[in-house]
Amino acid sequence: MLELASLTAGYDRRDPVFRDVSLTIAPGEAVGLLGPSGCGKSTLARVATLLHRPDAGRVTVDGHPVRGWRHRAPRELRTAIGVVFQQPRLSADPRLRLRDLIAEPLRATGRRAEAAGRVAELAHRVGLTDDLLSRRPHEVSDGQLQRACLARALVLRPRWLVCDEMTAMLDASTTAALVAAVEEYRREHGAGLLAVGHDRVLLDRWCDRTVHWASLTGAPAPAPAAEADATAGAGV
Amino acid sequence: MAEPAWRSPGDTRRSTRAVRVSVSAVIVAAVVLAVLLVPPLVRLDQQAVDLALKLRPPSPAHPFGTDDVGRDLLLRCVYGLRVSLLVGLVAALVATVIGTAVGAAAAAFGGWADRLLMRLVDTFSSVPHLLLGIFVVAMFRPGVWPVIVSVALTHWLSTARIVRSEVLSLRSRPYVDAAIAGGASRWRVTVRHLLPAVLPQAGLAAVLMVPHAMWHESALSFLGLGLPAHQASLGNLVQTARGSLLAGDWWPTLFPGLFLIVPTLAIAGLAGAWRERLNPRRRSELML
Repeated sequence: MLELASLTAGYDRRDPVFRDVSLTIAPGEAVGLLGPSGCGKSTLARVATLLHRPDAGRVTVDGHPVRGWRHRAPRELRTAIGVVFQQPRLSADPRLRLRDLIAEPLRATGRRAEAAGRVAELAHRVGLTDDLLSRRPHEVSDGQLQRACLARALVLRPRWLVCDEMTAMLDASTTAALVAAVEEYRREHGAGLLAVGHDRVLLDRWCDRTVHWASLTGAPAPAPAAEADATAGAGV
Repeated sequence: MAEPAWRSPGDTRRSTRAVRVSVSAVIVAAVVLAVLLVPPLVRLDQQAVDLALKLRPPSPAHPFGTDDVGRDLLLRCVYGLRVSLLVGLVAALVATVIGTAVGAAAAAFGGWADRLLMRLVDTFSSVPHLLLGIFVVAMFRPGVWPVIVSVALTHWLSTARIVRSEVLSLRSRPYVDAAIAGGASRWRVTVRHLLPAVLPQAGLAAVLMVPHAMWHESALSFLGLGLPAHQASLGNLVQTARGSLLAGDWWPTLFPGLFLIVPTLAIAGLAGAWRERLNPRRRSELML
């Protein structure tokens, strides 16, 4: 279980981005989280991946309550959750070749020996050729870079995957390829998924259930605006 | 008319910059060749005293003239530049290593470690650094190493500040988040992702510091606190020339002075061009 219980988080204690948000994901379950931009979805994703300390509330990963965040979280908990961000340009170290980008978590956790094999396997899975693997981020397209970022998220075989607007900047065929790669991984490893986005059609097709941000907070939903945003996203 | 009659200010700026860069590059190359090749190739003794030839003005035999004990000034200047350049390079390198380490550590660890290290930087900065440098050289016997230590220990502060602010802004990048989620330790993130990103800035700071360090060496030697008097350094040469200047002998002051000013300006010019490439928004200024 990935349990997010009555979380309050933000970047200013006096004015949090959201208050009292709860969401529970069962093992192997895929949950889509819909919401208008600026509502705090990404902040919630950062809390769920132990990258941002909430002001209040509890996060429990497979029964282990989380007590530290970022580097203070135990490595086993951090690596149990894979994360893919919205902007591949910003989430890839510009100095690393894609091959090293994907292998970096293995090296960081002392499993250097597996790197070559895992990189080849994952590159095939996300659709990256050998030529692309030896390029640096500025030499590939956003879609290719996002494929590498997904491979990096999967390389440690996480039990949970958090995709924060993973496909928001990508074209339809890359979106389909990435979603297919995530689903293939989840079938094999039974991993749970939190997919954050604003594209209702995509999330409805991808996930077991789709929740709207407004239903998590208990606050009255700004329904018409949120609905318009969601349909606008779906129409593209 | 084939050529447009006007040139934009940008064109003019770019072409003067190109001239400045090539002139600087030629000077720096000449200086490096001179200090590396002259001592082994020209087997003349820079310490050779010939009192019969003391204080001769420039002549074909001694293009820069001779000093107050008849030593050839051109040779003394080259040897002096060699020592000053060595002191400047080593001191700038050591200062950059210290500054980068302190700045990166402060930013990477944050919290009380950051506050402690930055208060240390503030404390050092609050003392004029020539005074601090004098204090350090005064603790040792005169020589090259005390001067290097003194200049290095007083010049890492700005690098520490630059590196710290750079690392702080990098630390919040999503790729650092991704590394943390991938199980990277604090050390791993710093060494693998943060330090390589600040190295160009630190390298630039090091080059910009070379002229500054050379000036400091000269200042210490001029005050009689740096290198021992017999060892040619640009500061020593200017210092010993002081007396003869009043007697109207201009060459023992002019040539070492030029040897100090021209190469340091050339190094600063090259570093300025490098900085414009790294950070094109900022106009170059000489940081001496």
